[in-house]
Amino acid sequence: MDTDLSSQDRKDLDKFIKFFALKTVQVIVQARLGEKICTRSSSSPTGSDWFNLAIKDIPEVTHEAKKALAGQLPAVGRSMCVEISLKTSEGDSMELEIWCLEMNEKCDKEIKVSYTVYNRLSLLLKSLLAITRVTPAYRLSRKQGHEYVILYRIYFGEVQLSGLGEGFQTVRVGTVGTPVGTITLSCAYRINLAFMSTRQFERTPPIMGIIIDHFVDRPYPSSSPMHPCNYRAGEDNGAVYPSVEDSQEVCTTSFSTSPPSQLSSSRLSYQPAALGVGSADMGYPVLFAGGLNAAHPHQLIGPGKEGGVPPVPNQPAHGTQADQERMCTPLDGVHYSAATPSSSEDTETVSNSSEGKCGSPHDLLETIFIRKVGAFVNKPINQVTMANLDIPFAMFAPKNVELEDNDPMVNPPESPETESPLQGSLHSEGSSGSSTGNTHDDFVMIDFKPAFSKDDILPMDLGTFYREFQNPPQLSSLSIDIGAQSMAEDLDSLPEKLAVHEKNVKEFDAFVETLQ
Amino acid sequence: MVGPGRSRCCGPSGAAPAMNCRAEVLEVSVEGRQVEEAMLAVLHTILLHRSTGKFHYKKEGTYSIGTVGTQDVDCDFIDFAYVRVSSEELDRALRKAVGEFKDALRGSGSDGMGQISLEFYQKKKSRWPFSDECIPWELWTIKVNVVNLANEQERQICREKVGEKLCEKIINIVEVMNRHEYLPKMPTQSEVDNVFDTSLKDVQPYLYKISYQITDSLGTSVTTTMRRLIKDTLAL
Repeated sequence: MDTDLSSQDRKDLDKFIKFFALKTVQVIVQARLGEKICTRSSSSPTGSDWFNLAIKDIPEVTHEAKKALAGQLPAVGRSMCVEISLKTSEGDSMELEIWCLEMNEKCDKEIKVSYTVYNRLSLLLKSLLAITRVTPAYRLSRKQGHEYVILYRIYFGEVQLSGLGEGFQTVRVGTVGTPVGTITLSCAYRINLAFMSTRQFERTPPIMGIIIDHFVDRPYPSSSPMHPCNYRAGEDNGAVYPSVEDSQEVCTTSFSTSPPSQLSSSRLSYQPAALGVGSADMGYPVLFAGGLNAAHPHQLIGPGKEGGVPPVPNQPAHGTQADQERMCTPLDGVHYSAATPSSSEDTETVSNSSEGKCGSPHDLLETIFIRKVGAFVNKPINQVTMANLDIPFAMFAPKNVELEDNDPMVNPPESPETESPLQGSLHSEGSSGSSTGNTHDDFVMIDFKPAFSKDDILPMDLGTFYREFQNPPQLSSLSIDIGAQSMAEDLDSLPEKLAVHEKNVKEFDAFVETLQ
Repeated sequence: MVGPGRSRCCGPSGAAPAMNCRAEVLEVSVEGRQVEEAMLAVLHTILLHRSTGKFHYKKEGTYSIGTVGTQDVDCDFIDFAYVRVSSEELDRALRKAVGEFKDALRGSGSDGMGQISLEFYQKKKSRWPFSDECIPWELWTIKVNVVNLANEQERQICREKVGEKLCEKIINIVEVMNRHEYLPKMPTQSEVDNVFDTSLKDVQPYLYKISYQITDSLGTSVTTTMRRLIKDTLAL
């Protein structure tokens, strides 16, 4: 048996490897588009389904792959690599995976090209379909949208794994031996994605040492710009690409069931067609680069995904407004506590207007003194909006000031910027105080929902905490007059009390005995 | 397609595997409601690799092969997605088998442990009066342990963990597939039904059968059920 590869076999093998490389790129990029892929099975063979698998060809991707290959095939030391990376809407980017199609020198001379190699390449593509759903980048790519996008880049040459960070992992998809070498397909992927979590991609500052000029420093002249993985073929740009039928050689495969020696009866028939790339070439990189840099991520992406901060109810709006107003009025901090019973009652009457409305001061004025309110009812908004009215503040101010100084909870004037929205929103959020479990029944209660806090843990939530700590009772020793009076009375009444107790000595003794 | 009569196949009946039968075992621990999706994910991944397009034989002993389509499936109870062959018939057959397995696992006498087996076999025609033999060449066994979880937080953790475990299983399966060990020779037209299941409209998997076993708390096998999933077969 002739061990050297016949010229026909060699041609076939080269063709298989070329189209295998192109299909590999298609599978990888399509798996990172962020959508579920679905292709139909067909019992009748169609001419363009290489390796008997229905894998669509996105023209731009084929174009990029062919450009990267530049007529060459993967060989020893020359690998085809697809780099998948993530780019946030703020411009930070990070490499997630590198898929490598490599060739080594280990040859399998005995293997039959148009039969075994072809079928094994088909199996390898199926494995690639399965493995692309299993690496961490898949779940990230399914959630791409407003906050980040997934990009791909194809290059040919030496594999560059340095961008994956430390401790990256490798998974081997498979190998196929051929008479000219062994094809290996593998993926190296970053693993310290895990803390970024497929649940939630947070906008943190570059933790991985992301280089902002990531794309500038490429040492290889053949490096291509990054492309988003979420375009629709032909929709986002006006470039015209050759359709599959024109650019791809049609594959019609017949296999023989006869013993291997009669292989000559089975041959690929194909019709090479003009590639017709033409003018599309010129426009392509520019369009994409432009589209990528200029366009807001929204525009590149199809159906929007849920991203960013979920919509928050009224409170923050109140908070910001109130906060600004708070900044203006030095007395803001004063009214948080129910200083004295009388004052607390008063503040309570002052508050409670809002019920979620950031109404005008006039509205609030009208509602003053209409309702009795419970503890800690919406003081802030009224304090804030009432800041300009002297009357309520004047009533309360003298009584509260001394307490305010003692209570750090209540008077945080030095709070930095980041805290103030929170506090502002807490105080201005416009609810009338306690949640529905409160004991006060004679007025309308609205749930107090402090912004930025979750109230699904019932025993102690932020709102409860604030309520409890902002309404400390009046310290009795601080009301001096009453104290003084009672002291004198107590002293006078002592002898009388002693006399009474002496009379009841026997009862006390009996009681003590019961305790023993 | 499949002849009636005795079939001597390796499987959970306890007989030793025939020679050249490759055996792989996978183990998963899942919550009750995840059983179905986890089993389907593994079985579909195996069958993706063990299915081809429909063969069309022509004269001169040549044949052409149809195209296999694929589709992504998202799991509802597991943070996981997998690829399966685009064939509703095949999906239905697998769902039926997995459904029976799931019901058996839930049934009495089970402490939540069982295994489901996917066996690929070849038929070998024997001369009369002997009936056809089924010779297995690959056996996949998935051992399942059903866990009970107390609260939602544990369930959420289980969703993620089982997803990660399934990713590992897929990598294991792919590794085995790409060893390129024994595969039946491509058959002639007259032999194709001895190697492939040609009953499906759109794809052609190798001949396979699915069976399962439930273990009771003593560790012994309580139920052995063999079901043939080729459509026009008599049920046992």
